[in-house]
Amino acid sequence: MNKEAKLAALRHVLARHGLPPHRPAAPLGHAAADGVLGGGLRPGAVHEVFAGDWGAGGFALLMAIRLAAAACGGRGGPLFWVRSDYAALEYGALSPTGLAELGGDPRHLVLLRAKGAQDALAVAADILACPHVGCLLLEMEANPRMLDLTASRRLALAAEESGVSLVLLREGARPEPGAAHTRWRASSLASPPDDDDGNTDWGNPRFAVELVRHRLGGLGKFLMEWDPQAGLFVDPLFVDPLPAQLDLPSADTSLRHPPPLALRARGRGA
Amino acid sequence: MLQHRRILALWLPRLSTDRLIRKAAAPFAAPLIVSVKANNALHVHALEARAERLGLYRGQPLANARAMVQPLCVAPHDGRADAALLDRIADWCDRFTPLVTLDAPDGLYLDITGAAHLFGGEAAMLALVVEKIAAQGFAVRAAIAGAAPAARALARHAHGAIVAPGGEADAVAPLPIAALEPDDKCLRALRHAGLKTVGMVAQRLASELSERLGKAFVRRLQAMLGRMEEPLAPRRPMPDLMAERRFADPIASRDVIAGTLLSLAQSLCGLLEREGRGARLLQAAFFRADGKVERLAVRAGAPLRDPAIMLRLLNQKLDALADPLDPGFGFDLIRLEALLAQDTRPLTVSFDANENARRQVDFLIDRLAARLGGHRVLRFVAQDTHIPEAAAVAIPAQDRDTFDSAAWPVKRRAADPPLRPLRLLERAEEISHVMASVPDGPPGRFRWRQCLHQVARAEGPERIAMEWWRSGVSGSAKTAKALTRDYFRVETREGLRLWLYRDGLYRETGLAARWYLQGIFA
Repeated sequence: MNKEAKLAALRHVLARHGLPPHRPAAPLGHAAADGVLGGGLRPGAVHEVFAGDWGAGGFALLMAIRLAAAACGGRGGPLFWVRSDYAALEYGALSPTGLAELGGDPRHLVLLRAKGAQDALAVAADILACPHVGCLLLEMEANPRMLDLTASRRLALAAEESGVSLVLLREGARPEPGAAHTRWRASSLASPPDDDDGNTDWGNPRFAVELVRHRLGGLGKFLMEWDPQAGLFVDPLFVDPLPAQLDLPSADTSLRHPPPLALRARGRGA
Repeated sequence: MLQHRRILALWLPRLSTDRLIRKAAAPFAAPLIVSVKANNALHVHALEARAERLGLYRGQPLANARAMVQPLCVAPHDGRADAALLDRIADWCDRFTPLVTLDAPDGLYLDITGAAHLFGGEAAMLALVVEKIAAQGFAVRAAIAGAAPAARALARHAHGAIVAPGGEADAVAPLPIAALEPDDKCLRALRHAGLKTVGMVAQRLASELSERLGKAFVRRLQAMLGRMEEPLAPRRPMPDLMAERRFADPIASRDVIAGTLLSLAQSLCGLLEREGRGARLLQAAFFRADGKVERLAVRAGAPLRDPAIMLRLLNQKLDALADPLDPGFGFDLIRLEALLAQDTRPLTVSFDANENARRQVDFLIDRLAARLGGHRVLRFVAQDTHIPEAAAVAIPAQDRDTFDSAAWPVKRRAADPPLRPLRLLERAEEISHVMASVPDGPPGRFRWRQCLHQVARAEGPERIAMEWWRSGVSGSAKTAKALTRDYFRVETREGLRLWLYRDGLYRETGLAARWYLQGIFA
């Protein structure tokens, strides 16, 4: 190959990296959040969810369902969930019945049980390389050494290349630098109080989430409710005005998040 | 034309002592014998050639042997080590034919039907096998015949015999009656009748023999004479199709191995295509020059006959090995087998984007299964039961035939919130310090994982009775005495939505009912 052709090829590569392919955003359904995000979550990017408490797992999964439904040109693709054996013990195994009740389709879910963080990352790279996957939910416990800036950047590039979105659920982890497009902190939110007639309408998943990082725009704090019938997030009608709830999740979550089993077994529980 | 079966029988008469001598790497100072305890006394189980020349024999009481020869090296019999060694030798023999059958405790059958010409004919092959095994320090006897019992008898009594098809009866005729391996009673009866060779026994009428010696003996005789075929059970499943390559000089470089795998995959795919089949289960076997055999098996979710995909799956498996493939001094044979081949529909290029995407995802699942193992790549199937933890089972995603397309059963009505939790704990965890009203009130507060939770809202009970009609089927004692559960959907003051149950009704358990937390709603 002569010099000019080489240069042209390099320019082509550079141009391609400079201009990311246009992919329509996957709206969450929550008007305020979609507004801040510029229409919705960006497909082919890494979205990181840090756990404020037990609710974070549900939030990340619902987010992944939204992304998977919008993937592959709107046709939707299968959702891959990679988690370690330990995570299933600590945070509970997925119940497909529960997923179906929330409007998801368990038939489109593939669950991968990795032995550890290294396996999980290797498998994630494989999955992100297949453009027909709807979304990948990668569950990472704590701050594994393997998931450094390089690994995170590599995941982001792979997602960008194939257009497969990655939801990275970080349980019991400290925030650290990474290549995520958005970063969220999620915890569960109490249900609304009874209305005047004494009807109780509670039990839909509700979250208090904070968008703590966004590469292309503003941040914000949102209260969201998942509408299982429509399969999207909505603005909650009533908010129980408990002061603790309006105080959105803070950095210190140790009081609300129960200590992991392993720690308690060693007698170092919080 | 029907091909006659050809069986090569191998006998390693001194397997136990040869093993010990090989391990010691130097001859023992005194004649070596291996002892075994039978009828509360030690007996000679195996002995090396030196000891035999001194007049010792198998089955002799050890005390007698010690009295005859001093000094003696005596080692205890180790049946498991012997069996493991025989297994390794059988592994090594896989390079001559994939159909190797163990003839425990000290023999092997190699089904060499249609394989001898690869080694320059039966005589050359027999010589090669014997030479290679003898070079490893084993005493070995071998013979080839059309039936396994005949080959076995000839290996023991006429080393090196090669019997043409149909000639078994004549070949075994001059062998002593010991070749028939009669038990003591039979042997006495035969001696009494003055029968000294197999030929003499064979001349008698079958009815006459079975009257005196039993049907089993006659069956053995008929099989040895080649009049009756007995099936052999090979150690490994017989591959449906295979391709292999031998190397005069062992190969060790990664590139050559990868190139060989590719060309093997191509020839295997050619065979598969000719038969209109695809491989579901692939196995690559690497035969090391020093006798060790490494096997890698890969499953495919759909019948497969694309060499590039085969190679990718194999490479995935190779990469995922905990300790990488060690060529040692090199591999002298690499074989690729389709252990299970299935009919395929002819491959057509699909213009349907959905079909194409599905195929790509299926291939991805195969690759992931090759990396992690099939049991770690899962999909869910709904079960017809009310018991929450049994309502779904996770099965390998590669078993595509078992998935149905029916929608998942949902309990929730349109306006309801979810009635089943998103996550179920692997085992329901007991909660303590529960305050609840009798008989079926929800808990007011409880302690779980060291945190005290105040219940803000609760709904229930939803009563789920255990399936008494299944207790016998599933067979577990746990199901048999399982109690009815009263489930409550609760929300704590912190906003956690949890699924709790009381195990048993108060009238069954009294006030000491136990409470469990089973699931977490989103």
